[in-house]
Amino acid sequence: MSITSTTIKQWLLSSAVAFSCLAAPAAIAGPIDNYSPVTPARLENPEPGNWMLYRRTYDGHGYSPLDQINTANVKSMVPVWTFATGVVEGHEAPPLVNNGVMFITTPMGQVIALNAKTGDQYWRYKRELPEDLFQLHPTNRGVGLWQDKLYLATTDDHLVALDAKTGKVLWDKKVQDYKKGQYLTLMPLVVDGKVMVGGSGGEFGVRGYVAAYDAEDGKELWRTFTIPAEGEPGHDTWSGDDWKNGGGSAWMTGTYDKDTKTVYWGVGNAAPWPGNLHPGDNLYTSSVIALDPSTGKIKTHFQYHQNDSWDWDEVDAPMLIDLQRDGRTFKSLIHPGRDAIFWVLESTPERIKYVNGWNFVHTDVWKGIEPETGRPIVDPAHKPTLGKRVDFCPSLWGGKDWPSAAYSQKTRFVYVPANENFCGGFTGEKLPLVPGQLWLGTKAEDIGLTVRPGADHFGELQAWDPASGKKVWSHNFPKSQLFGSVTATAGDLVLVGGTNDRMFRAFHAKTGELLWEQKTNSGIMGMPVAYEVDGTQYIAVQSGWGVDAQRIQDALAKGNTGLEDNVPQGGVVWVFAIKK
Amino acid sequence: MDAIVRDGSRLNEVLLVRLDPNELDETTRPRAAEGIVAYSAICSHAGCPVTAWIKASEGNDDVFKCMCHNSEYDPRRGAQVVFGPAPRRLAALPLVIKDGVLVIAAPFIGKVGGQQG
Repeated sequence: MSITSTTIKQWLLSSAVAFSCLAAPAAIAGPIDNYSPVTPARLENPEPGNWMLYRRTYDGHGYSPLDQINTANVKSMVPVWTFATGVVEGHEAPPLVNNGVMFITTPMGQVIALNAKTGDQYWRYKRELPEDLFQLHPTNRGVGLWQDKLYLATTDDHLVALDAKTGKVLWDKKVQDYKKGQYLTLMPLVVDGKVMVGGSGGEFGVRGYVAAYDAEDGKELWRTFTIPAEGEPGHDTWSGDDWKNGGGSAWMTGTYDKDTKTVYWGVGNAAPWPGNLHPGDNLYTSSVIALDPSTGKIKTHFQYHQNDSWDWDEVDAPMLIDLQRDGRTFKSLIHPGRDAIFWVLESTPERIKYVNGWNFVHTDVWKGIEPETGRPIVDPAHKPTLGKRVDFCPSLWGGKDWPSAAYSQKTRFVYVPANENFCGGFTGEKLPLVPGQLWLGTKAEDIGLTVRPGADHFGELQAWDPASGKKVWSHNFPKSQLFGSVTATAGDLVLVGGTNDRMFRAFHAKTGELLWEQKTNSGIMGMPVAYEVDGTQYIAVQSGWGVDAQRIQDALAKGNTGLEDNVPQGGVVWVFAIKK
Repeated sequence: MDAIVRDGSRLNEVLLVRLDPNELDETTRPRAAEGIVAYSAICSHAGCPVTAWIKASEGNDDVFKCMCHNSEYDPRRGAQVVFGPAPRRLAALPLVIKDGVLVIAAPFIGKVGGQQG
């Protein structure tokens, strides 16, 4: 039987009519009406119901003042909508919310604008990535917000400005060259019209930097390398030409002290990994640098550990906390480090001073900390070197990797997504640098993750009192790593995913009691947020396992842990509220 | 093929391995030259280079492994994914021995490069 053109037309017509009848009436598509411009004042003092910066506020606390969802009613918290991103790999970004509009980002450079109340999509931007791109870390941690624009940092090393209302590209700037292993995964930090980004690539022998772009037109305003060049202060902490490829990537969003107009940026590991391939202290690797956002000038710094040899990036920027301790209140920088040390520092106009530090997970690398300088004292038996297998604890993922800790302004505790009982090791090897290829200083297949004998847990959510240095409570995860950011709320809730059982959990901020949990589609590496629309509080998080959470899972599955490599991938935004 | 690839793109990087011809499956055998098989070296997951020849996570055979995210490919079975997040096999490059020289017999079979979304 042949189908005539009339038949085809009729079929198309009836199909179109059927579709229009069946289409969900709630489906909407951009542009966004009545979008609220993100002003400097709104970023400095965000409304309680919004989450417009990486950690909601410039000080990096990861704390929401909302308390409609709290310890008394969280047991009645249920999903109200979900949204599948259609993308695999690690979904690490917070769902950002500006007056009822949510922006999420996904791996592979997608940005999706959603109605934060209904989950309906306004628009979606998809970055077309180059075919030859080598994505060691296929992820993205969010868009920066400024006025009516969004800023996306991409894994092919561009900074892209989008119209927040439509998703249209306004400008697109090449930051560095992805073919040389330079890439971007962080959420840009926007301060006073300057869009700041820091580069990834510490495993490719890059020289790290933080750069600022004009929010309006994308003009590069300054670029400050994290490794000083000849003639600059700190250059003498390097030997020969090691500084040119010495690492110091800066792949996490900085924090900002609006009072002193100082940006604090965490700096990553030295490259390649074994320290005797780059003798010296190696400033400013594994440090925090204090930057003037108007010029990029480094005001001061503190190096957490010298001559990094363990791949211990200290890129997670410190939380800025007015700390009451020892009978006084001071501007503190709090950083639970990848190097297993919980750092309490003091920021003064002249310098960053060491106040206290202690091991928050087991480590065999440090014999102690010099009390005057804050320099950790290394045990050479556990410092990787050339030609010899060296093991060390914690593993190269550290006591806490990049996932953020949180600080509750109510309890005054710091909540740390820690990993205990993991060790690692490798044999250092001198290898030539080939631009665009991995340059680890060891064979990738030699990198190990081992579990300490007798270990009864891996992941550990810890609550610390930074004033006293005492651990208030901890919740252990016997069969899982903990690899997700933590958020605290004024409802005395501590929210975190990060485990291989795909759970999203709420703990009592004061006691550590597990109050609520929900199994999701995948493992959660993303950052939970709290927001409010039309008087209702919501909790949101992206579930989407991948990258280093997956790498650790693979390693655990290979060991004698009884665990399987079976955490499914695929991103979904989950939004919860109290059941009415 | 007679043409020499002069493009320096990393998408032209290939893996070569000599295997026992009796181990090759029916799809792989015609593409092999005296047991030598060739595949794209670009992982189909995130575009990293496949750099390791290592014992499989599940099984005893040696396999190709991408050390970025642990995907493994069995070259005896058309570089089928045997472990990890890779969504599809490595592109195969058919080989032939011509006048005693190993040469490429045909263009890549399958897509070269990582997934885009």
